[in-house]
Amino acid sequence: MTTTHAEPVHGGLPHEPEKATAEGRNKVLAFWLFLGGEAVLFGTLFATFLALRNQTNEGPTANELFHLPLVAAATFFLLVSSLTSVFAIQAMHRNRPALLRNWLLVTVMLGLCFLGLEIYEFSEYVRHEKFGMTTSAFSSAFYTLVGFHGAHVAFGILWISLLIGQLARKGLTVVTAPKIYVSAMYWHFIDVVWVFIFTVVYLLGKVG
Amino acid sequence: MDWITTVDHKKIAILYLWAGGLFFGIGGIEALLIRWQLIKPMNDFLDAQTFNELITMHGTTMIFLGVMPVIFALMNAVIPLQIGARDVAFPFLNALGFWTFLFGGLLLNLSWVMGGAPDAGWTSYTPLSTSAYSGTHGVDFYTIGLQIAGLGTLIGGINFLATIITMRAPGMSYMRMPMFAWATFITSAIILFAFPAITVGLVLLTFDRILGANFFEPGAGGSPVLWQHIFWIFGHPEVYILILPAFGIISEVIPTFARKRLFGYSSMVFATILIAFLGFMVWAHHMFTTGLGPVANALFAVSTMLIAVPTGIKIFNWLFTMWGGSVRFTTPNLFASGFIPTFTMGGVTGVMLASAPADFQFHDTYFVVAHFHYVIVGGLVMGLFAGLHYWWPKMFGRMLSETLGKWTFWTFITGFHLTFFVQHFLGLMGMQRRVFTYLPNQHFDTLNLVSTIGAGLMGVGTLIFLANIVITSRNPMDADDDPWEDGRTLEWSIPSPPPEYNFKQTPLVRGLDALWKEKTAGNKGMTPAEPVGSIHMPSATPLPFIMSVGIFIAGFGFMFSRDNFSSGFVSFLFNNYIVTGLGLLITFGAMLMRSLYDDHGWHIEPEELEGR
Repeated sequence: MTTTHAEPVHGGLPHEPEKATAEGRNKVLAFWLFLGGEAVLFGTLFATFLALRNQTNEGPTANELFHLPLVAAATFFLLVSSLTSVFAIQAMHRNRPALLRNWLLVTVMLGLCFLGLEIYEFSEYVRHEKFGMTTSAFSSAFYTLVGFHGAHVAFGILWISLLIGQLARKGLTVVTAPKIYVSAMYWHFIDVVWVFIFTVVYLLGKVG
Repeated sequence: MDWITTVDHKKIAILYLWAGGLFFGIGGIEALLIRWQLIKPMNDFLDAQTFNELITMHGTTMIFLGVMPVIFALMNAVIPLQIGARDVAFPFLNALGFWTFLFGGLLLNLSWVMGGAPDAGWTSYTPLSTSAYSGTHGVDFYTIGLQIAGLGTLIGGINFLATIITMRAPGMSYMRMPMFAWATFITSAIILFAFPAITVGLVLLTFDRILGANFFEPGAGGSPVLWQHIFWIFGHPEVYILILPAFGIISEVIPTFARKRLFGYSSMVFATILIAFLGFMVWAHHMFTTGLGPVANALFAVSTMLIAVPTGIKIFNWLFTMWGGSVRFTTPNLFASGFIPTFTMGGVTGVMLASAPADFQFHDTYFVVAHFHYVIVGGLVMGLFAGLHYWWPKMFGRMLSETLGKWTFWTFITGFHLTFFVQHFLGLMGMQRRVFTYLPNQHFDTLNLVSTIGAGLMGVGTLIFLANIVITSRNPMDADDDPWEDGRTLEWSIPSPPPEYNFKQTPLVRGLDALWKEKTAGNKGMTPAEPVGSIHMPSATPLPFIMSVGIFIAGFGFMFSRDNFSSGFVSFLFNNYIVTGLGLLITFGAMLMRSLYDDHGWHIEPEELEGR
């Protein structure tokens, strides 16, 4: 594989430290496989949502409900957080643990902003629009699909926070590097899923 | 304690075997009770509700908790050995997969003593499985128990994929891999892409039942047919998750005892891949009668029939392997040879069912029951018996008795055909499945009696197998490295049972059937690919067990989160999700421990290796 990170090796850490050991390579490979399974998981949730999106049972419809500026703001936070996680990985490849930690912190903060907006959105729907899990088949499908994604974001925040702690304790090594790399893969994946949610759930809900 | 903390794939294999065997026994007893109820018309041995619970639990237990773990047992025991690896890619995850499976299975079976087993059939069709029609906690045990067990399967699948991709011995290209390793590889890929679908399905059904969601509630806009789509997009590939490993086993056993290389190896590989691919394309043939319309029915009918082509290739390749070989009919080979005609019969009725117009007649009759038991018992269980007898000496270091093995084979296969062959005719005459009794004088009486006698005979065959295990377990562990003398693959090049590091030196693979190739070249064993050196081993750990206990508690808490208990305190604990939270806390705590304390493992030094 050609590499764009031609910097010399600092402090004995190989470049691409996430792939320096057999265990690390296995971890990255297995995580790609896991994401394949996750793709099926979200695919099934999307199929369910598409099948039920117009079954509103006389409750609120997507068009009445969604407020695009709010969703656009959430999208912005999440997309930028993907970019910052790329910066984190680049810092890792340059063997700069402090910079890596800072970019991870920014990523976590942006994820928290996204999650806060989503919680605000859900609570608004439940309190003001009388749109809960039990309202209609559409509501069940909406909360399950978007909520599953939200739970993934929450898990990612927890995970990356723990890794920041681990980084402080153990430093950047060939053991911690694969974990950080894999968590970044995960973060990109939930970002990609969100792009689909934004399109299929929100945009299609407004215009379809 | 040793068994709870182990991460050794060979010990995990044995754990899978015993746990799977236990659930197999439970599922078998359920089957015998069902057959006893149907022995004569208007029998009142069981009531309708109990019968519903029994058929549901029989199907669920056998598929998810019986055959799958035994398949995983053989994969765990054999795959690292066959590809010349010291271990699987993720020993920790391997243990975690086993424990989540076991606790999921335990949760599911606790339903018998905790207020009613699931009663909506193993497919849990909505709306039959919604709270309106299934008021006990039975289906909750189903959704949550299977969810936890399914997690274990998914973990196992990913682990085998990574193991086979990255840990093959030097020289073992993909096209030199033994067929069982290929079958495991493809099966794991199917698991990876099929299980997440059922994960979602089970979540949706759980939400409908516990949180009052409306996915399958037509009154609120939900769709019961949606469940069928989700269930079968998983459920049909599941059929191939079950049968491909059996194909793999047969492809190992027949060449060994025919003393010839497998005929058409590459066509076998591509047939396996093709079957896996087509397996995902045909799920709606389970749904011909739900009103999908003639176009969908026709497309799914044709794609289903297509699967007969690669399967036919396999059948003929096995026959051509035996053709002209000097065949030894040992017990494993008896089962393997018996597999071919029985499985073919199941395949033929499969093509009949794939014809949509004919399916309108066969649907939900005993013809379907006969068909899938010919595939799953006549195919998979025969394959598992072949594999267990074949690899038993490798796993345990002891030979099973050939005499008792032959008794097992003949009673089992006779009982099998008695039980299920007549069910084809019962189905064609119109006997419905899933109904707890039938009226006299419909020509059902004699055939049902025959079927029940056959089931008893299969039970006897299984008991002889158990007796064989018990009797031979007193023998000394004296099996040779290559006890069948004609072993072809790498597992037969190391001692039986293998040492915990498997290979003292990683072998160099120089062709298909690596060991056979060396033997025919006049060599004593495999040529090593590396000098004797220090071997790194993973440490034993109780964390996988603890994580699974946590998930078990969390599932339990979630299931009863809407119940009123007689004790106010207990209600408080469950209704506020305290029990659920506690379970998750245990699991996440164990995950935290895992991430805080790195497992550096330990080493076996060369002096130790030489000194044994």
